[in-house]
Amino acid sequence: MGIISRGFGGRRRESSPDLPPGQYLTHDFPVLSAGPTPRIPLDRWQFSIITETGEKHTWNWDEFTALPADEFTVDIHCVTKWSKLGTTWKGVSLDTLMADVESAADYAMAHSFGGYTTNVPVEDLLDGKAWVAYEFDGEPLHPEHGGPARLLIPHLYFWKSAKWVNGLRMMPEDEPGFWEAAGYHMYGDPWSEQRYHGD
Amino acid sequence: MELDGNALAGDLREVFAGDLTAAVFTCAGCGHAGAVATLRVFQPAPGLVGRCPSCEDVVLRLVRTPDRVFLCLSGATRLELSLDGE
Repeated sequence: MGIISRGFGGRRRESSPDLPPGQYLTHDFPVLSAGPTPRIPLDRWQFSIITETGEKHTWNWDEFTALPADEFTVDIHCVTKWSKLGTTWKGVSLDTLMADVESAADYAMAHSFGGYTTNVPVEDLLDGKAWVAYEFDGEPLHPEHGGPARLLIPHLYFWKSAKWVNGLRMMPEDEPGFWEAAGYHMYGDPWSEQRYHGD
Repeated sequence: MELDGNALAGDLREVFAGDLTAAVFTCAGCGHAGAVATLRVFQPAPGLVGRCPSCEDVVLRLVRTPDRVFLCLSGATRLELSLDGE
């Protein structure tokens, strides 16, 4: 983490070295949503990883929250140009969730309650780069921010951090998810401004 | 006879030149048919998302960039437009 500057607001252009090109700092937490906010009772929540051979690994809420969890502070960058620095989360690393999953797939499709999808290379999920997060700022993750749990891949634009995530489907080939099929970039690196198809 | 897509020019101009909110979509999810104006649209989001008022499935997605617009109609099996302008 770099230095977190405080006391600025609005769309004022900042020059923090932690701010990718074309982004502005915000200190609130904007809510973007492509549909109604699903309310998922914890006794109906589950997270599954389905491999390319059809093998399925599933955790219910109690099993998921019993896994070793990380508390971590990261910067997040939305493709709509706001960035929020120094956000604090708690969640289970994808390294932990994938530990017993046998897969040679290079890509994964994240799936969410409500039907949202987004595609991610597997190497961007591993080595401490991604989590399934269930607390923000020390509190249970609010539904409007993706609770009970959301994917968190902070080094990619935030549309890759699927709210209300309920699983990963491993894929040998890359396929577009919800926004990628509608013109957004297949990868979404904020430092290269990979916003749209062809960027 | 086989032609290329240029043969569609006149008909597509008729479809895409006017106000499409009166066009009738058919939802690929549930088969519901209704005017585009009756879609449920949620914002803010990285693009415009029109959902079926009957089943909430996504009927259309529209993404604007500084120099392009993407229209994804994979959630609609059909668009029906009146040609009499009414």
